[in-house]
Amino acid sequence: MHEHDVIVVGAGGAGLRAAIAAQEAGADVAIVSKLHPVRSHTGAAEGGINAALRDADSWQDHAYDTMKGSDYLGDAPAVEALCKESPEEVIQLEHWGMPFSREEDGRVSQRPFGGLSFPRTTYAGAETGHQMLHTMYEQVVKRGVTVYDEWHVMDLAVTDEEDPADRTCHGVVAYDIQSGEVSGFRADDGVILATGGMGQVFDHTTNAVANTGDGVAMAYRAGVPMEDMEFIQFHPTTLPSTGVLISEGVRGEGGILYNSEGERFMFEHGYANNDGELASRDVVSRAELTEVNEGRGIEDEYVHLDMRHLGEERILDRLENILHLAEDFEGADGLTEPMPVKPGQHYAMGGIETNEFGETVIGGLYAAGECACASVHGANRLGGNALPELIVFGKRAGRHAAGEDMGEAEITTGRDGEWEPAEYEFEVEVGETGGQGPAAADGGAVASDAESVLGTAVERAEGYVEELLARKGRNHAEIRSQVQETMTANVNVFREEGRLEETLGDLHEAREAYKDVAVSDPSRTFNTDLIHTMETRNILDIAEALTMGALARKEFRGAHWRKEHQERKDEEWLKHTLVSWNDGEPELWYKPTILEGEDKTYEPKSRSY
Amino acid sequence: MSTQIPKQTEESSETEAEAEAPSKGDERRTEKRRRAAEERARRQAEEAEKAAADEETIELKVFRYDPEVEGKQEPRFDTFHVPFTKGMTVLDALMYSRDNYDSSLTFRHSCRQAVCGSDAMFVNGGQKLACKTQIVDLQEPIRVEPLPHAEVEKDLVVDMEHFYDQMEAVEPYFQTNEYPDGELEEQRQTRENREKVKMSTRCIWCGACMSSCNIAAGDNEYLGPAAINKAYRFAMDEREGEDIKQERLEIIEQEHGVWRCQTQFSCTEVCPKDIPLTEHIQELKREAVKSNLKFW
Ligand SMILES: Cc1cc2nc3c(=O)[nH]c(=O)nc-3n(C[C@H](O)[C@H](O)[C@H](O)COP(=O)(O)OP(=O)(O)OC[C@H]3O[C@@H](n4cnc5c(N)ncnc54)[C@H](O)[C@@H]3O)c2cc1C
Ligand code: SF4
Ligand code: FES
Repeated sequence: MHEHDVIVVGAGGAGLRAAIAAQEAGADVAIVSKLHPVRSHTGAAEGGINAALRDADSWQDHAYDTMKGSDYLGDAPAVEALCKESPEEVIQLEHWGMPFSREEDGRVSQRPFGGLSFPRTTYAGAETGHQMLHTMYEQVVKRGVTVYDEWHVMDLAVTDEEDPADRTCHGVVAYDIQSGEVSGFRADDGVILATGGMGQVFDHTTNAVANTGDGVAMAYRAGVPMEDMEFIQFHPTTLPSTGVLISEGVRGEGGILYNSEGERFMFEHGYANNDGELASRDVVSRAELTEVNEGRGIEDEYVHLDMRHLGEERILDRLENILHLAEDFEGADGLTEPMPVKPGQHYAMGGIETNEFGETVIGGLYAAGECACASVHGANRLGGNALPELIVFGKRAGRHAAGEDMGEAEITTGRDGEWEPAEYEFEVEVGETGGQGPAAADGGAVASDAESVLGTAVERAEGYVEELLARKGRNHAEIRSQVQETMTANVNVFREEGRLEETLGDLHEAREAYKDVAVSDPSRTFNTDLIHTMETRNILDIAEALTMGALARKEFRGAHWRKEHQERKDEEWLKHTLVSWNDGEPELWYKPTILEGEDKTYEPKSRSY
Repeated sequence: MSTQIPKQTEESSETEAEAEAPSKGDERRTEKRRRAAEERARRQAEEAEKAAADEETIELKVFRYDPEVEGKQEPRFDTFHVPFTKGMTVLDALMYSRDNYDSSLTFRHSCRQAVCGSDAMFVNGGQKLACKTQIVDLQEPIRVEPLPHAEVEKDLVVDMEHFYDQMEAVEPYFQTNEYPDGELEEQRQTRENREKVKMSTRCIWCGACMSSCNIAAGDNEYLGPAAINKAYRFAMDEREGEDIKQERLEIIEQEHGVWRCQTQFSCTEVCPKDIPLTEHIQELKREAVKSNLKFW
């Protein structure tokens, strides 16, 4: 067993920032990550980090843009924290040596991004995430924070109380990928989940193969609600064959979208008469698919993104990485031809329910980064707003977990504030069959002291691994691709009731199949078959919550488009969707959105670009 | 328990496309792009041909070894026949083989877009990122092996600890004592200086360079190209002060530092991020000489 004050799970931008903050606040911190830190998906971020750094800009404008972009499903206290603190956090990165792109006067460069009223996106070429991840890892090395890399965290060690709000998290259980050993990690002060996105729920995604939503599923099974899972961002410019992302920076710099008739459709077909290509992502994604569906797509699949007119010099200066990506992964030369693009899964707006300090409903358990939902992005995230989220909320969670007093939270968690149950009857059985894997808080009597809670969790996890290795049965890969296919076919940019119902049925079947899952590689050394099998269970839980939320939300808001409901219904739906794991079943409920900010209330207005 | 696989072989024809001696930045890039365009035209033609021939499969010979499993304790090659699809990479072919034929086939991978650095392997006799290597650019059968000069843990997975240790030995973090007044003020950096360090900051820690280096293979303590490049990234950053630069030069100048490099260029050839590693090492040698002259 390993023991530290604070355990951070995940070593992307959020995890590294949390670890640094907790260490600065005096805690003995360890990071446990299934990938070596520099392999985390934050390294793939391209476009940039939003921060109101200039005199002509203000955090209030940034907050306004973010609330509008969220389609009024963001919670103002979290959004304001993001916008107020990102300037100092970006400058902090700069002071740590991050190689930002520079202006003539030596200051960091900023560029326009979709949905922003000021060019406030700071960047490092088209490799902002890579530079940010490495800069922060360097600081972690400098501080000598303990890093357990290639350890797959399987489960949380949580006390077994009836009400999730009474539960406490004492640590995590992890599997050493190199040796096959299962071990407990005790956290005396807190566990911070920073496990990133869940793109692998879909089969056309910009996300890494490791992005399987482990933290979200783990917290969910321990009793923390998943919030706003139906809001998935589909990025309008991904390469058709792989899902590799072509940064929004291309449109920010002036890149133009054309259909097969050579029309600049964002304007010519009236999708966004003011902002054109720089309308927010949901708007552009729908426009592209509408073009394709109406027969104006290229090869019935994609549209063209053209940046040739920007000129070689500017492209090489600011978007060089894009040239390499388009060339290596799609065989297109961005300097001489337009690049093919189509929408792909990109970002999960929803995730583990937290307040503005990263606290969850379970004592001692925090979450930050893409796996968390504070919520700053509501129904639609603005480009360039995820990276500041990692550092602002990573830092907040780290300091809070290390015991710093941060005052009273305005956002409530669990059923502490107002809430209402969902009135929705699902036609197929949901939940229950997720397999016999560790499920923290509903597995029989567990004592409340840290030692035995952890001991029991380790035992259960060991048993689970042994069982998966010992028995005969199905390969997870088949089940995983079933899930990805049905999600991509039916719970994508465009959604309709019948097909969502059908998906729940498919997921039910996949859950049944998962009951027989087995690992055929008997080895204890680097058993990726085993890891992928455990991840597939997480994918199942998440896909189901996502589909349930999408079915129940009968309106059109942000990224959530419904065929039967073509308008935003503020009277009824200014509320967050929550899915809780309750005795082997998911339960759906709602809580209101907080629109009152520090000095203003963000009144919902119609969203046009 | 682990094993070393045979040393780098002579078959280097696959690497020729990248095997140019580094000249100066832009020229090199333009030349590279021109070649890439030719390459692309060729590839598209070949792909069309392959895709037209129904049921075209490619043959993959993959190195297998697992210390835990009796049948795999002796290193061997397994052959997989994978249906070819347009744009298929070596990583795609490996994933297909794993998901459809043998779920115990083991390799690291994550981003699929050449940024996480986890899938550097030895493909047809050259260090490559599997995700960035197109099948149509390779001769069949395609041989996939773990990185040479590293301990094999299992199949294509090698132990990276030594590589990480070397990276961390050069104090790979920004150090300065001078911050601008005011919390929200940046430490200004000229565009020229950013340009100068830019290529060096692109390293994704894949380990390909270290694996290709004969000196590193013979001298386990040699810092190696990636770590020296990391030192370069900071030593050349104008925002760090002179005293710190001096300390940095002392680190890279030690017995197992820059002077070991015999400018064989193999690191520069294999680097998937086109970092001019040999040039950087040479430049640091010159800096070290200059600073010594100053002191003696
Ligand atoms: C291609 C791409 C481009 C993007 N560009 C931008 C951009 O320009 N600007 C912007 O603001 N946002 C961008 N985003 C979004 C943003 O990059 C991500 O939301 C963000 O990087 C996620 O960071 P994270 O720290 O939450 O997670 P990650 O960086 O994904 O890290 C997750 C960590 O958790 C670990 N982990 C996961 N599961 C487990 C487990 N079971 N056990 C142990 N460890 C585990 C992993 O090893 C990893 O270290 C982009 C996203 C993508 C995919
Ligand atoms: S310098 Fe190049 S080859 Fe070496 S580790 Fe870095 S990216 Fe890989
Ligand atoms: S999979 Fe990330 S570099 Fe190849």
